[in-house]
Amino acid sequence: AAMELPPSHYSVTRAAALAAGYVCHRLGGPGHGLALRAVRHARRQDIDGVGRKYYLELVLEDIMDNDRTVNCTAEVLYHLGNKNIAPDVQFTIEGELKNTDEADNIFYNRVKSLEKELVAENIPDSHGNVSPEMQPIQLLAWVASGYVIWQNSTENTKFQLAQIKHVKQVKRSDEYLEFDYKILLHEIVSQDIIPWQMTVLWHPQHGVQVTRDSRQPKHASE
Amino acid sequence: QVLRIKTRNEEEAKKLQFLESLEHLELDFWINPSTSALPVDVRIPANRVQAVKAFLESHGIEYSILIEDLQVVLDKEKQDMANSEQRDRSSNTFNYGTYHSLDDIYAELDRLASEYSNIVKKLQIGESYEKRPLYVLKFSTGGRNRPAIWIDAGIHSREWVTQASAIWIAKQIASDYGKDPSTTALLNKMDIFLLTVSNPDGYVFTHTTNRMWRKTRSKNRGSPCVGVDPNRNWDAGFGGPGASSNPCSDSYRGPSANSEVEVKSVVNFIKNHGNIRAFLTLHSYSQLLMYPYGYKCTEPADYAELDALGKAAASSIRSLYGTTFRVGSICTTIYQASGGSIDWSYDYGIKYSFAFELRDTGRYGFLLPANQIIPTAEETWLGLKKIMEHVRDNPY
Repeated sequence: AAMELPPSHYSVTRAAALAAGYVCHRLGGPGHGLALRAVRHARRQDIDGVGRKYYLELVLEDIMDNDRTVNCTAEVLYHLGNKNIAPDVQFTIEGELKNTDEADNIFYNRVKSLEKELVAENIPDSHGNVSPEMQPIQLLAWVASGYVIWQNSTENTKFQLAQIKHVKQVKRSDEYLEFDYKILLHEIVSQDIIPWQMTVLWHPQHGVQVTRDSRQPKHASE
Repeated sequence: QVLRIKTRNEEEAKKLQFLESLEHLELDFWINPSTSALPVDVRIPANRVQAVKAFLESHGIEYSILIEDLQVVLDKEKQDMANSEQRDRSSNTFNYGTYHSLDDIYAELDRLASEYSNIVKKLQIGESYEKRPLYVLKFSTGGRNRPAIWIDAGIHSREWVTQASAIWIAKQIASDYGKDPSTTALLNKMDIFLLTVSNPDGYVFTHTTNRMWRKTRSKNRGSPCVGVDPNRNWDAGFGGPGASSNPCSDSYRGPSANSEVEVKSVVNFIKNHGNIRAFLTLHSYSQLLMYPYGYKCTEPADYAELDALGKAAASSIRSLYGTTFRVGSICTTIYQASGGSIDWSYDYGIKYSFAFELRDTGRYGFLLPANQIIPTAEETWLGLKKIMEHVRDNPY
């Protein structure tokens, strides 16, 4: 039987963060992203021999316009035993997401027509600034990090994208845009800052895909 | 050059209007030719000056030189502006809506202590590992060893909105006294001690080298990794779960409780004072208002009162900009964490011990845009005030 949990309990907020990251990665792009606004309701169930399942009712907000929210029901199953399997996430969204086709196409064409590959560092900078030209690059990283967070989360972790240290466009002959990101993830439970590499593909019609990602070594001097 | 031309009659005025029509001269009339008695002021490009003067002289039109060399004037003005900006920096225009260096924050502490010298004093309670002073502002309207409120910020150096909010709060307390009834009533009964930068070594390091640095900068014997998590170093469940024994970890507890001078200095101050009634510490991010315990998951004896007060404070915070803070004990809200400051202060006997995690909830995290500093400080101040009013009205 499923046990009800207070929405502010850390086990709930961790599962909710994971779910929100997953949903954002599935639905997001450089022009639109979702973030967790609140947890309305939470239940948890231990399934013998399988793992632990959270049933969540979430409110997600549109990053570009946080007066806009959607309701989301999500189920997160952390697998017993093998910690190398990503948790299972199922979700449904209620409510409409903003159509950002125009902004997407503008960004797509802008990058496609660059003569030299796009390169940038430290987004946001130390003071939290993100230039308007880099907004879509930052949002794309936010969306893609949802995938990395989902793949690497356990009940004992809560990840958040902290900063893009470096991003470089990789020119492709096909229609996709490709970016090689070096990001910093903040893991709240250990408080560690973890460098991570991710290769992100995007196309206005085909959504965001992380094709390669790997944890990077940290230098002792940092 | 800028010339001032005095026309004596309509004929001369007409000649000037003719001059005005000659576009190739690129004349810039500051006062245009007209039939009124006003002089005509005109700026003339350097290479046209001779030609224009020749024209005026040949028609017997009087003129004088208003500005010999406009560029010189402009250059001086620019210099003057730069100079006055410098002066402004040392007088009363500290920009609270931006992030500052340690030196600039320390200069502002001095300025506040000087401008509000009747109620603000700057004290040094110790030195950091790298020998930087630890400065506390004391807000007091007199008395001897009055019951007092302790507030600290920036124990984790990367949490920049906390140091920035603290200096704004300092200014607010000082300027509110005598104007705001609540602050005035508070300071008439109690003192406030505010440590705006608890971890100056870490703070400097976030400016010079690594924006994401959290810990102190003490060297660890036998390890290449530097620093101890100052909020795992207090003598409260020290060594228990929720803190790392690995010097390379960002939650490394240190070799022993109070090993960090930044922590020891505060402990000593609080013990020596002997009459601290509330211990409030600022962190970021996550938008949480928490009470003990972190090192164990059992409820504190004063759970009901602390939870109610926390909820009231969160309500005050929300009243300003709608920012929601979740309220609960450390252990149930974020994680089990041993060696934390409010656990120590609570077990030491300071009932009203709270830890704030300020904006945001992760969108920018530690890199909160500067335009959110003042709104964050404003709402946080309301929450702090709520708690301080309760402390004032409920002596124990």
